[in-house]
Amino acid sequence: MLKRKIILLILIALGLAGLYLFIHMNLQAMEYLLRTRLEKILAMFLCAVSIGVSTVVFQTITQNRILTPSIMGLDSVYMFIQTIVVFLFGSGTFVILQSDAYFFVTILLMVGFAFGLYQLLFRRGENKLFLLLLVGLVLGTFFSSLSSFMQMIIDPNEFLLIQDSMFASFTDVNTDLLLVSAVIIIALCIYIFRYRHYFDVMSIGRDHAVNLGVPYEKIVKRMFLVIAVLVAVSTALVGPITFLGLLTANLAREFLQTFRHTYLLIAASLLSVIALLGGQLIVERIFSFSTPISVIINFVGGIYFIYLLVKESKKI
Amino acid sequence: MIVAEKLSKFFGSKKVIQDVSVEVKRGAITSFIGPNGAGKSTLLSMVSRLLKQDDGIVYLDGKDVHKQKSKDLAKTIAILRQSNVVQMRLTVRELVSFGRFPYSSGRLTAEDEQKVSEAIAYVNLEELEDKYLNELSGGQKQRAFIAMVLAQDTEYILLDEPLNNLDMKHAVQMMKLLRKLVEDFGKTILLVIHDINFASVYSDRIVAMKDGQIVAEGPTEDIIQSDVLKSIYDLDIDVHNISCNRICVYF
Repeated sequence: MLKRKIILLILIALGLAGLYLFIHMNLQAMEYLLRTRLEKILAMFLCAVSIGVSTVVFQTITQNRILTPSIMGLDSVYMFIQTIVVFLFGSGTFVILQSDAYFFVTILLMVGFAFGLYQLLFRRGENKLFLLLLVGLVLGTFFSSLSSFMQMIIDPNEFLLIQDSMFASFTDVNTDLLLVSAVIIIALCIYIFRYRHYFDVMSIGRDHAVNLGVPYEKIVKRMFLVIAVLVAVSTALVGPITFLGLLTANLAREFLQTFRHTYLLIAASLLSVIALLGGQLIVERIFSFSTPISVIINFVGGIYFIYLLVKESKKI
Repeated sequence: MIVAEKLSKFFGSKKVIQDVSVEVKRGAITSFIGPNGAGKSTLLSMVSRLLKQDDGIVYLDGKDVHKQKSKDLAKTIAILRQSNVVQMRLTVRELVSFGRFPYSSGRLTAEDEQKVSEAIAYVNLEELEDKYLNELSGGQKQRAFIAMVLAQDTEYILLDEPLNNLDMKHAVQMMKLLRKLVEDFGKTILLVIHDINFASVYSDRIVAMKDGQIVAEGPTEDIIQSDVLKSIYDLDIDVHNISCNRICVYF
């Protein structure tokens, strides 16, 4: 039954990918169109897998179905870096924003931020995951405020540069970086996948998991770092895309009705792929690029979030 | 054998357990009794490494509990705490299968399946094994969790108020099952129990706690005495011999 549902998701994802690849094909420019579209599909696939996988794991280690890794504040750090670069270097930044070195520096800074939080709160023995998330949330707000402040006082033309990076977009993905990102993301996902049976046990609660011999605290800490790297890479690649994970991780749980992470991880990734491909098709073919994809995703994700809150509050 | 040496635990500045030393003998049922807030559950949690003590050491068969691999411990000692809320949608059989995790790491062998079936049969839940946990009554759920602990097949079994939610028939069945595990399989069972008569009739030894300390300890017949019980509970309790059992009347 579960396998059949997964196969269904794979078929939908493949169908959408095919549609995206061949829609409005111009035979004269076929080679060029196929290449750029394949690159976009690869970017969407990488982003989808890292968001889907990291959100499912994040929800399992926090035992909370309405959280996403964005609560760690990485998005805000990303925006802060973008803003400060434009703020300091002015209109010449376009070159910087597109460079490979910049990509790695943003990843390093985001991961450094997460490591800093980790050192501050985990190293002192006790497991204070929620305190850590709270500090992340507060620092995230702090960085957003700083970014808004700088955005107020810079040249409006330069602000446009920042505005571009506020929303995730697949239209101008740096193709040189795709391969590097692919290696990092796939390696981390394989690493996470090896823990899938532990996650199953962890989802029945900490005490049961410890009783059954799961090194609970150790896994929580390790996964916190792995998730931070995953989110950092995908954010640096395409931009912040918060709600996608919330949407697809929960849809995966609702759709499969299972605790087995083997299926949850795959389904959340596939649903993310479907959401991104579908969203991108709408953006390109219906809105003709006038709306960034993350606006659509956030719109749908927001509605779903409200639905979740209403539904969960009815349970109590 | 479980040996706890000078265990202490603080929650904030409040001392919940203070310098508690206790030895639990193998192949017997030891019941921990005492008023609410005496620290019984906290003690069991520390013995089973769910909670880290602030001071003192717990030895399990001569080795420090916190220095052993969690996975190896899970094959020797199992604990079930009082409140067991699972948010996932799980069937009884899926829950009980978790008990085999220390052996199978998630991939159940035929032998594991066999043990799971046995554990479900022990608590009489065969007919409900494909039902979801949220469809069960409190007592059925409690039995499902106990089956999970039984499937873990450990030498030491720690149960925090296992009779919670059970009706009289199932409470008696449960205690008889625990006795059988001790007598037929040589298991060592530690219980936190509130019904003093269940403690009296079914346990070999009793440890009485009050205000984070042990106030009395010994074979059941030494503890189930009016004067000892009065000092534990501040309540006049008559003890009567009824068909070879010591029964307390305190109503």
